[in-house]
Amino acid sequence: MTYHFNFNFVWRYADKLYWGLVLSLEIALISILIGMVIGLSLALAYTGGNRWIRSAIAAYVEFIRNVPLLLLVYLVFYGIPSAGGFAYDALTSFIATLALYSGAYLVEVFRAGLDAIPKGLIDAGKAVGLTPWQRFIHVRMPTMFRIVLPSLSNVYVSLFKDTSLAYVIAVPELTYGANWIKTNTFRVIEVWIVVWPMYLATCYALIYALRLLERRFSLVRR
Amino acid sequence: MIAYVMGVLPFLWQGLLVTLTVSALVVASSLVTGILCGIGLVYGRWWIAWPIRIYSDILRGTPLIVLIFLIIYGLPLLGVDFGNYGSAVIALTAFKTAHVAEIARGAIQSIHFGQTDAGKAIGLTFRQRLQYVILPQAVRRFLPPWINAVADAVKGSALVSLAGIVDLTLAVQQVIGRTYDPLPMYLLGAAMYFIINYSLSLTSRRLEARFAYIRE
Amino acid sequence: MPQSLVQIRGLKKSFGSLRVLDGIDLDVAKGEAVCVIGPSGSGKTTLLRCINLLEPYDQGSIKVDGTEIGYEEGGSTRKRRSERALAPIRADIGMVFQLFNLFPHLTALENVMLGLTKVRGISKAEAKDRAGHWLNRVGLSDKLQSLPSQLSGGQQQRVGIARAVAMGPKVLLLDEITSALDPELVGEVLSVVQGLARDGMTMIVVTHEMTFARDVGSRIIFMDEGRVVIDGPSRDVLANASQNERLKSFLARIEMKH
Repeated sequence: MTYHFNFNFVWRYADKLYWGLVLSLEIALISILIGMVIGLSLALAYTGGNRWIRSAIAAYVEFIRNVPLLLLVYLVFYGIPSAGGFAYDALTSFIATLALYSGAYLVEVFRAGLDAIPKGLIDAGKAVGLTPWQRFIHVRMPTMFRIVLPSLSNVYVSLFKDTSLAYVIAVPELTYGANWIKTNTFRVIEVWIVVWPMYLATCYALIYALRLLERRFSLVRR
Repeated sequence: MIAYVMGVLPFLWQGLLVTLTVSALVVASSLVTGILCGIGLVYGRWWIAWPIRIYSDILRGTPLIVLIFLIIYGLPLLGVDFGNYGSAVIALTAFKTAHVAEIARGAIQSIHFGQTDAGKAIGLTFRQRLQYVILPQAVRRFLPPWINAVADAVKGSALVSLAGIVDLTLAVQQVIGRTYDPLPMYLLGAAMYFIINYSLSLTSRRLEARFAYIRE
Repeated sequence: MPQSLVQIRGLKKSFGSLRVLDGIDLDVAKGEAVCVIGPSGSGKTTLLRCINLLEPYDQGSIKVDGTEIGYEEGGSTRKRRSERALAPIRADIGMVFQLFNLFPHLTALENVMLGLTKVRGISKAEAKDRAGHWLNRVGLSDKLQSLPSQLSGGQQQRVGIARAVAMGPKVLLLDEITSALDPELVGEVLSVVQGLARDGMTMIVVTHEMTFARDVGSRIIFMDEGRVVIDGPSRDVLANASQNERLKSFLARIEMKH
C-alpha cells in the first residue's frame, strides 16, 4: 500500500499555522523579557544577599532546572489554581511558566555576566566620580549586557522551541495549530512535514538575526 | 493524606520505572552514536563530516515534541512500525545523538594538537592515537557536560507521555484524573524527577571540580 | 661518497600564498648531527615537520634510508601515503618537540612504553625494561611513576627525548627543544643530547643555542626565507660568519637576546 500525500487541507488552514508561529515568537519574547527581570533581580540579590536569600534563590533555580518543563506547565496551569481557588487563562499561565523557567536559567547567566565585568572598569567609574547608582546604570549594566548577549540569544532560541509545549494546555501556537489541522483533517504526516521546516527555518533565521545583533553590540569590533 | 499517597505510590513507581527505562535506553544508545558522530565531525572527510554537521544542526533546531510526532507518524509511512514506544525512544535517541556529538566534538577539539603530533611521531595509527592518546584525555572534558545531558534526557523523556506512554508524567496525570487533586500529585511527581536530576547535576559538578584540579 | 641517510631534493612547501620552503636540498649522513639555525619564519620547523610528514610537502622528495617518506613510489602520479602506511615509517623517525607534548594522562614510564608496546609490538615486560633503561640514561630513574604535571620542564623534555630514542629511530629530529625551558634547565637537556650525538645518533637539530650548534653539531645549516643559505662544518661557518650579511645580523640578534 502506498500513502497518497495530500497537502490541500494544510494549505487551506495555513493561516492557523502562520498565526500560530507568530504567537510562538510572541510568547517566547514576552517570557524572556519577564525572565530577564526575574533573572537580573535575583542575580543582584544573590550577589548582595545573605545566606538565606542565597539559599532561597538556589532552591528556585535548582527546582526549575531539574524538573521537566512539561510537568511545570501542568503544575502552573492545573496545580496552582486548584489549590488557590482561582483561575487564569492558558496563555497567561504558559507565559508565566516560561518566564519562571527562563528566569532560573538567566539567574546563572547574569551572575556569570556580573562576575565577568573587568574590575578595573568599576574602579575607573569610581575614579571619574560616578555615584554607585550611576556606575550601575552607565558602567555595570551596559558592560554586562554585552557580555551576556550571546547567552541571551541562545536562551531565546531555545524558548522559542519550548513554546511547542503550550499545545498541551490548548494555547493556539504553532504546534497547537498543527494538532488542530491533524485532528480535523486526518492529514497527519503532511501537517508535520510542513510545520517542521517552519520551526527549523525560524530557528535559524533567529540565530542569524541574533548573531548580527551580537556583532553590533560586541565589545570587540572587527 | 499519607494513606492516599501510599495508595498511589505503586502506580507512580511503575511510571517511574518506564521513565528510567526510556532514559536508560536513550542515554546508552546515544552515547555510542553520539561519540561516533563526534569523531566523524572532527576527523571525518567532508563527505562524513558534512552530513553529520547538517544532521546535528537540523535536529538541534527542531522542537523535541515535533521530532517525536514526525517519527511516530512518519516511520510507518516508510514501512517500519515500532509502535509509539519504539518510535518515541528512536526520536529521543536521534535528538540526544546530536547533543552528545557536539559534546564529544568539543571534548576532542580541546586536546592540544601537539598530542596528535606526538602520537604520529612515535608511529601510532589513527585508531591507536584515538584509543591511547586522544580519548583518554577527552573523557575528562566529556563527562561533566555529558552527565548534564543525561539529566536533560530524563527531563526530555517526559514528552513520551504525550505519545500515550505511561511514564512518570502520565502516571501522575492519570492519578489526578481519578482524584481531582492536582497540586500534591504534581509536586510529588516533580520531587521524584528532582531527586534523580539533582543527584546527576551534583555528580557533574563534582567531576568538573575534580578534573579542573587535574588540569593544573 | 656513502649514500646519505636523509636525502632531501627540491623540497617546496607553501601555506596558502606564503612559500615557507623554497627548494631545499639537504643530505645527512649516518651518525651526523646537523644543526639548523635561522631567523623565525625561515622554515626550519616546517622542514623538520616535513621529514616525518607532520606537514605534507608540495614538491620535491624526502628519502630516509632510501624510502620516500610522503608519497608512494612508482607510477607517474604522486599518491600520498595513507596514515596506516605512514605509521611504521614515522616510527623509525624520532621527534622531540618544543612544547614536549608528553601524554599528560600517562606516567613517564608509560609515555616511553606506549610506542614500544603498541607500535613495535614488544611485550610489556621487555618494554618496561627498555623504557626504564632510557629514562635512566636521561637521568630520571627516580621519576618513572611521575605524571608529566609533576615534572619540571627540563625533566619533561628529557622524558620526551627518552620516548623518541627508545623507539630506536634511524634519525632523530629535535625541534627547538630548549626554547620553552627556563635558562637554568637548558643545560640538563643539552647534555643528554650531547651524549646521544657522541654515541653516533643521526640528528637534525633546529636550535637557537649557538654554543650547542658549535660544540655538538658537526655541521651547521643556516636557513633564511625558505632556503639553505649556508651549509658547512660548524667551526668554519661560525668563524667566517662575518662574511655573510644575513648570518651576521642573525647572530647579532641572537647575542642580544642572551
